[in-house]
Amino acid sequence: MLGTTILLAFREIRRHLMRSFLTVLGVVIGVFSVITMVTLGNGATASVRQSISALGSDMLQVRPGQSTGPGGGSGTAVAPFKLEDIAAIRSQIAGVVAVAGQAQVAATAVRNAQNWSTSVTGSSNDFFVAQKLAFSAGRPFTPAEEQSGRSVCVIGSTIARNLFQGVDPVGQAMRVRTISCEVVGVLAERGQSGFAGDQDDTVVMPIKAVQRRMTGNHDVRAIIVGVDPAFDSSAIKASLVALMRERRRLTSTEADDFSVLDSRQISDTIASTVGLLTVLVGAVAGISLLVGGIGIMNIMLVSVTERTREIGVRLAIGALGHEVLLQFLVEAVVLSCLGGLIGIVLALVTCLIVAPLMGLPFLFDPSINVLSFAFSALIGVVFGYFPARRAAALNPIEALRYD
Amino acid sequence: MAEPLIRLSGITKTFGEGPAAFRALRGVDLDVAEGDFVAIMGASGSGKSTTMNILGCLDTPTSGRFVFKGVEVQALDRDQRALLRRRYLGFVFQGFNLLARTSALENVELPLLYRGESGARRRALAMAALDKVGLVAWAHHAPNELSGGQQQRVAIARAIVTSPAVLLADEPTGNLDSERSLEIMALLTELNREAGITVLMVTHEPDMAAHARTVVRFRDGLVERIEVQG
Ligand SMILES: Nc1ncnc2c1ncn2[C@@H]1O[C@H](COP(=O)(O)OP(=O)(O)OP(=O)(O)O)[C@@H](O)[C@H]1O
Ligand SMILES: [Mg+2]
Repeated sequence: MLGTTILLAFREIRRHLMRSFLTVLGVVIGVFSVITMVTLGNGATASVRQSISALGSDMLQVRPGQSTGPGGGSGTAVAPFKLEDIAAIRSQIAGVVAVAGQAQVAATAVRNAQNWSTSVTGSSNDFFVAQKLAFSAGRPFTPAEEQSGRSVCVIGSTIARNLFQGVDPVGQAMRVRTISCEVVGVLAERGQSGFAGDQDDTVVMPIKAVQRRMTGNHDVRAIIVGVDPAFDSSAIKASLVALMRERRRLTSTEADDFSVLDSRQISDTIASTVGLLTVLVGAVAGISLLVGGIGIMNIMLVSVTERTREIGVRLAIGALGHEVLLQFLVEAVVLSCLGGLIGIVLALVTCLIVAPLMGLPFLFDPSINVLSFAFSALIGVVFGYFPARRAAALNPIEALRYD
Repeated sequence: MAEPLIRLSGITKTFGEGPAAFRALRGVDLDVAEGDFVAIMGASGSGKSTTMNILGCLDTPTSGRFVFKGVEVQALDRDQRALLRRRYLGFVFQGFNLLARTSALENVELPLLYRGESGARRRALAMAALDKVGLVAWAHHAPNELSGGQQQRVAIARAIVTSPAVLLADEPTGNLDSERSLEIMALLTELNREAGITVLMVTHEPDMAAHARTVVRFRDGLVERIEVQG
């Protein structure tokens, strides 16, 4: 009997190709849009998280000025930090594993006939420690190099690739602005980041070298502080603020003229924003799922008149009520599942193509696949089944007369 | 006298409720012997179709007894009545009621499908039934590609394909010209004589009723007169 029913269901699907197609289409659209949007949204979240973690976790950044508003702090002349501030932080605050001052200049690096515009950071070995940067070749600075401000540099892999082209850069000389400097180390590749751009396009030199030979002053533009993960970073942040206020001689009525950014806090804020975005996108997708569902519903309900007569005929020539119902159920299940599968395949193919174009990772999320499939299938089955159930409960003659 | 194949006694049918209620049948008594060929006549609205629907187990009477092959039909549930239809009854509707977009062959095969016949046997029996109504050449045409007479014959083929004990035909010639009508009557007569099928047929035309052995006249929801023709 089940075989017969399935045969009948497939005959009906074939006979009403347009209706079947529209039902399938409704499911396809719903499933496709939800899966595509949520999958891409998840990819975006993951990519943002990745670039945040590339900034280094367990890290505090101290900058002069208040960076709360747009362009805040940059307009007024705020005193920069000094090298003594770095020493004070290192000696007076517990739970700090690395303190690195930063002086930054834009510069063109030259080797042989190759030019490369990049940015040069003056800092110390703590710069690598705080940001957990690894070396692919060479070594960090020696204490003597840091102390005397020798012209040595550690370069990122982009510089290594573009200026040295296959030659091992360690021990080679290159020119930064007008200064000749020796490459002592190459950083391991970090890749692209959402907002920092190419993180491997960098040259690091001892801060004293940069100050003396490029910026010409003793300013420290930013301080990064590596925090021991065992310590509470907000407590460290508080003592850091207190120390800096004291060193910058701020009275209790004056506001901070510097700011401390907690990378963990930033990453949490951004991640929750992106997460919210994903939820919004998911909601939009959910609406399209609903619209698809309403489409299915419409088609099913519109065909009820025609189908009620058909049910009447089938009952009149000897079908039992449950046989007719089973046929309709099989039909609805087959169409809904077919639509669901097509929707899933289309969505995954689309994500596989689009995600790399958008620079996002492809993250397969089984739960959204199952959920959207189940929802569309449910709508298809419910609206295919319940009108049929009502019709099958009629007397055959009532079903035949139905209009 | 032996128990008749069909016995209706005191059958009433009321449509609607309250002041709008309409008593379409007001106590129909009718016996039909096995192998009989009955023509049911009467004015429009006299309750012929209503009676046929009850006989075909497509509708239930409001009150009264309907005994078929010794079984009290009014006591049966939906599925038991469906099984009765499936095993013993063939019904030809006033308006054909063929499935649209479905070939004549598939339409005729349908009752066999519900009986669980195998594919090959379904096809053989359906082709035999179509042969009987002279439509083998049209087996693969959908109803909308067939004339009214052809559709009526497909409906008859569908009703007789299961070799029912009783064939109920509600105005089988109502939509046909006289030549086609005569063909249908010849077919019904043959089914009655050769296959021993008990035939009940509603008709408005005395010419058609002349083919029957028994003529039942309805009037205002009651059997007015029963004539047995020589
Ligand atoms: N479903 C229904 N609801 C309400 N009234 C109905 C219904 N079916 C039939 N009737 C009424 O019952 C009466 C008998 O109808 P029936 O169809 O049995 O007549 P008939 O003898 O077959 O007429 P005709 O020769 O025109 O086919 C008619 O007056 C009709 O209006
Ligand atoms: Mg009638």
